[in-house]
Amino acid sequence: MIESIPRVWRERKYKYRLIGSKCKRCGKIFYPPRKVCLKCGSRELEEVFLARRGKVLSYTVIRSPPTSFIPYKPYIVALIQLDDGTKIFSQLTDVEPEEVKTGMKVEAVFRKYKEQSESGIIEYGIKFIPVIEE
Amino acid sequence: MDDVYIIGTGMTKIAEHWEISLRDLLVEASLKAVDDASISLKDIEGIFVGNMSSGYLQGQEHLGSLLATWLGIPGTAACKVEAACASGGVAFHQAVLSILSGLYDCVLVAGVEKMTDAITSDITTALIMADDQEYVAGIGATFVGLNALVYRTYMEKYGVKEEDIALFPVHCHKYAQYNPYARFRNPISVEDVLRSPFIADPIRLLDSSPICDGSAAIILCSENFLKKNGGRDNLVKVLASSVATDTFSLNDREDITTLSATKIAFKKALKIAHIEMNQIDLMEIHDAFSILGVIHLEDLGFAEKGKGTMLIKEGQLEYDGKIPTNISGGLKGRGHPIGATGIYQIVEVARQLMGKFDGKQVPDPSIGLAQNVGGVGGTVSINILKRVR
Repeated sequence: MIESIPRVWRERKYKYRLIGSKCKRCGKIFYPPRKVCLKCGSRELEEVFLARRGKVLSYTVIRSPPTSFIPYKPYIVALIQLDDGTKIFSQLTDVEPEEVKTGMKVEAVFRKYKEQSESGIIEYGIKFIPVIEE
Repeated sequence: MDDVYIIGTGMTKIAEHWEISLRDLLVEASLKAVDDASISLKDIEGIFVGNMSSGYLQGQEHLGSLLATWLGIPGTAACKVEAACASGGVAFHQAVLSILSGLYDCVLVAGVEKMTDAITSDITTALIMADDQEYVAGIGATFVGLNALVYRTYMEKYGVKEEDIALFPVHCHKYAQYNPYARFRNPISVEDVLRSPFIADPIRLLDSSPICDGSAAIILCSENFLKKNGGRDNLVKVLASSVATDTFSLNDREDITTLSATKIAFKKALKIAHIEMNQIDLMEIHDAFSILGVIHLEDLGFAEKGKGTMLIKEGQLEYDGKIPTNISGGLKGRGHPIGATGIYQIVEVARQLMGKFDGKQVPDPSIGLAQNVGGVGGTVSINILKRVR
């Protein structure tokens, strides 16, 4: 991929803070945010903070990554359903692949994703870790 | 729909063609199709090239003009059509539309992908461009990985085991051995699949279609062209051509074990063709991964959800079975040169219908279907062909 600073910069709000958009008519929440509701077609959507906890719907271990993710292999990619119903893709971290199970409760943390190159910028974002019950 | 005919087809062998470039693959398949159609290059009024990743893998775009020039017919209308792995099927759809519009009487549609110029991790980077770059590729997901999420959910939802899903690639390799154009000519066993390494758990190497190079081409013409240029006695007619989309990414779907676009495109196609699904005598479906092959059987309505693998066990997909499927070897066995795959499928179905398939010939088929899928079902193209003798 071509390296790009503006591309990372303009998405920072949504990638760093887990902000989505909620349809004012039907209440459906989307991540990333969008201008037209996929469910009811309304154009009235507002930005909302998403739930920071959820559960693992499905997961995989990436053993053959894209070039820019090679230094981090193997890593876990999951489809997660947040407690507000929103589904998002994210990495799971602070957990070994064999410890992951579908239905597992997870919570959002802020982590490094990758470096665009040795001289490129570092991309950060949200990953999920297992919920530690107090 | 008005009559559109397939009068010529051409393919290169699917392989790791270290010595053949993207443009030479395209030209070879196109010239074979032109010669097979017994037309002159000058008869071609429009060119459609199905391709996904030439821009990233070769640094080469503008394939329409490139092919027109290398065929010696600059001046001809031409363009590239891109819809990820469905680029071939969608390019065919556009070619059919161009004849239905009445503007062209004879067009060339060619699919091509040259993957082995790049290393695996760069190809992996190219393939995930089929999904959201910021929020799916951006978190390190791969195309294999997305299908792995589907595979795991399918197993858990329907209680189907890996050894059952592994029957699909075993079926494909069984028939690829007879197809001289196929990437793999060796049979494999369920044990071979289950012993192969994980690429993205639970998807293993032998669940996955291979990285390879290839090009396939078709000459399409109108009824008018046939009248002017002399009839042909073993023809294939396009009964229906349809395309449907689903949400771009899996996280917007209620159920990731169903590809809605398959259902929508198939329903549209049956309506256009004025046929019932039980009239289909053979099909080529898009088994980019073993789990997808199984899911397509269900979404097309040949099996209930969760029961797709039963069709393999019951022998229904065999060349002389109830619904012969992937007798070419499918994406797993024949190979999956991304933008060319949809064209290979249509060529294979057409040759089966004409009774001149180079591999295992299905006994006397009349109607055949090709299903080509882009992304994880973000685009699905369905084309239905009929023999006319």
